[in-house]
Amino acid sequence: MPPEAPVPGAPRRLRLRFTKAGKIRFTSHRDVARMWERALRRSRLPVAYSQGFVPHPLVSFGLALPTGCESFGEYLDVRLGPVESGEIPVPELPGALSVLLPEGIDVEAAALVGEAEGSLQQEVASCDWELEVLGVPGEELQERVEKVLAAPILAVRRERKGRQAEDDIRPAILALSVTSPNGDLRAELATHPRGVRPADLVTSLGTDAVLGRACRTHQWIERDGGRFEPLSVSGPGTGADATQYARRAFPHVRDGIQPDPGGSPPGGVGRH
Amino acid sequence: METLWPTIERLLPTVTKPARYIGGEQGAVYPEHGPGKVAWLLLYPDTYEIGLPNQGLQILYEILNERPDAVAERSYAPWVDMEAAMRAAGVPLFSVEQHLPAAAFDVLAFNLSAELVYTNLVNLIDLAGLPLHAVERSGDDALVVAGGHCAYNPEPLADFVDAFVLGDGEEAVGEVNEVMAAWLEGSPAVQRDRGALWRSLAQLEGVYVPALYAPSYVDGRLVSTEPVDAGVPAEVTKRTVADLADWPYPSRQLVPLTEVVHDRLNVEVFRGCTRGCRFCQAGMITRPVRERPAEQVRALVRNGLERTGYDEVTLTSLSTADFSDIEDTVRDIVDDPVHGGRVSVSLPSLRVDAFTVGTAAQIQKVRRTGLTFAPEGGTWRMRTVINKLITEEDLYGAVDAAFSQGWRRIKLYFLIGLPTERDEDVLGIAELGARCVEIGRRHQKSVTVVASVGGFVPKPHTPFQWFGQDTVAELERKVALLREAARRSRGLTIRWHEPSASVAEGLASRGDRRMGAVIERVWRAGGTFQEWSERFDLSLWEAALAAEGLSVDEVCHRERGADEALPWDHISAGLHRDFLWGDWQDALARVAVEDCRWTPCYDCGACTGFGLEHVVASPVPPAGGSQGTGQDLSVGDRIPVRLVGRAS
Repeated sequence: MPPEAPVPGAPRRLRLRFTKAGKIRFTSHRDVARMWERALRRSRLPVAYSQGFVPHPLVSFGLALPTGCESFGEYLDVRLGPVESGEIPVPELPGALSVLLPEGIDVEAAALVGEAEGSLQQEVASCDWELEVLGVPGEELQERVEKVLAAPILAVRRERKGRQAEDDIRPAILALSVTSPNGDLRAELATHPRGVRPADLVTSLGTDAVLGRACRTHQWIERDGGRFEPLSVSGPGTGADATQYARRAFPHVRDGIQPDPGGSPPGGVGRH
Repeated sequence: METLWPTIERLLPTVTKPARYIGGEQGAVYPEHGPGKVAWLLLYPDTYEIGLPNQGLQILYEILNERPDAVAERSYAPWVDMEAAMRAAGVPLFSVEQHLPAAAFDVLAFNLSAELVYTNLVNLIDLAGLPLHAVERSGDDALVVAGGHCAYNPEPLADFVDAFVLGDGEEAVGEVNEVMAAWLEGSPAVQRDRGALWRSLAQLEGVYVPALYAPSYVDGRLVSTEPVDAGVPAEVTKRTVADLADWPYPSRQLVPLTEVVHDRLNVEVFRGCTRGCRFCQAGMITRPVRERPAEQVRALVRNGLERTGYDEVTLTSLSTADFSDIEDTVRDIVDDPVHGGRVSVSLPSLRVDAFTVGTAAQIQKVRRTGLTFAPEGGTWRMRTVINKLITEEDLYGAVDAAFSQGWRRIKLYFLIGLPTERDEDVLGIAELGARCVEIGRRHQKSVTVVASVGGFVPKPHTPFQWFGQDTVAELERKVALLREAARRSRGLTIRWHEPSASVAEGLASRGDRRMGAVIERVWRAGGTFQEWSERFDLSLWEAALAAEGLSVDEVCHRERGADEALPWDHISAGLHRDFLWGDWQDALARVAVEDCRWTPCYDCGACTGFGLEHVVASPVPPAGGSQGTGQDLSVGDRIPVRLVGRAS
């Protein structure tokens, strides 16, 4: 979606795409929200605040990423007030914000989006995942995946609001394939009406199956028969910054001196 | 040494709150270890989210990492699920920065802020792979040191710790580092003589090496603790940093990736307190008052907020409203255009008077939810005994001001089990609380007053160190009395701390060296994280005491006599024993003492003899601060203080 030309003095909606990789994958969705609040304050962007008893910055995140999972496609929308003098221009935001965020969180794209866009929560219909399955013999993996795909119903017990519930997750499995006999899968999982978590999917492969590393690689919006990302890394006007890739390939801990031994290899799911 | 991260990484998906173990804080350093550098592992023996904000640890972390001859990393107590996973996988205690095993460090340095973490300290020494007892360690084992407020009675941990550092650590940490560096360089590990290291450390001011001292007992009661080595002092005296202005630390406060307690900027505005509350160990052992220059406070706040992105700052101290330049300092922070009008300032310890509420109102324009005051005693009689001289006028004035200015919830802190306490003092808590509810109803329809009640634990180096602590049964009776009395007042809620935990705290606070075996037994029985109510188990302590032939009556509930040897007699916080005994007698006679920052010296010992004085930031005492003492704070020419910046 092309960015709209900003109307001077009008409030704006900024969409940011970022990664969550390496050690930081063990932080929670709420933790990431707090990191963003601090980084946005340091950036001096004119973030809009809610009215009311306890004003808070108008920031909305997309689908929560389960603690422990990595991602190369996370998003947030930030409400901005009118353009201020000295404000960081949108094309420079990926580089400028990445420096203010912890290692492993790199901003890969930034763009103003129109008011007509729905919220990330509503719009994203599915996510692509790369999953590592431990505990299943390599030669059985393909067979088990086929069994999952052939099943009419896949009941998984889950805890919801403190109570045990049984859900059929089969409708949410849009695609599933083995990418390596070492236990690597690729999956496309729907987010509506009820999302399926990678751990639930892996449970359905058998009681011996344990989720290893998991990485959300893409989130997809479907509209008018087409499928696109909320913000693409290479799309026009997103200002993806080449230095981001340089830094990811050579990860330094931002406030420190030594490289981070937990940094993920560039571009994908790491291997033990 | 190799990082353990690849192994740890595989454990983390199986444990709760894995972010506790990943480090990655803003401000963390990843130092290069090597010859000529003493490697310190700084430890807080509680969970990451409790330990990370600890200012003492962060100060030492910066000071050590700035030295060319030292490196420092940090570690915290792994929660029980992680500990089990680590032990099953053969993973030792590790640092959160580079995930190096504890064996990669020359010194394990513990912060001791609370007594109930003692079993965690033992557990961490074991997880580090070290022999549990100091005397069992050899030349290549790490040195175990400990500091912090609990070090003022080091005896319960004497078996496990090589050396305690008493008082402010800013200067002492460098001296310990130098002794350690010389010892490490002196000879290869197999030939190193730990006794020689102990003796060198014991030469340092403020360093206590328990293995060089021995307690003597007669008929099962301690009679003395004396040096067994001719070269060490009979009494070890705490270290005091004369002027905080020389130590503007932490300058790079750690900003964690995950939520912790006190998750905001913290700036220490002064150390020490001279209010003279007799139950308060912190106030006694940190004298004299040393205020940070207001300009330095402003700079630390401004730089800290800009660096971290926090929107909240706490000005920390034992009684921040007493900072002599508090109004101007707070106003400057709130009005600083750099912060865009969105910064909130919190004062962790409000003084009980209407004036202070006015200051709070000025800075807390939003979020007026709750205010906390600490009258501590339920009647004026009780408050004169403990020297917490708050009149009912002060309290009701403060509460009236708070409710009239929009606050909806008031929390009041009280102690029960205080010396000379009568039932009417306990019932007085309910009366004060009910009165506060009535005052609130004049201003608002619905108000809440919470009276939070803790069981008093007498602490070493206070005038109450001789006092016999209440039994669990007596504390429970008083809590029941109070709950019954409070039932009549709608809007008043009583909360109380578990009385049995106060007993375990008493054992660890005032025990002698024999308590070490008790702590070890509690640990062996699985009693870690005793400061967590879901983990605390008094029966473990009772069984351990019985097995060691000790009794809780002997350690906790018995009143001690004037001539009796105390386990910490060979440790000095500067306070004369005569002063403490005199103040204990004054307490029993209900004789109050004044805040000596603004009135003449009564020679407690903390300043005289050390060449120290109170250091304040402004010649003008804070307004409204008489707090029921009737003190005339305008007597400028008699102020026995040195002003910051003025040559002494």
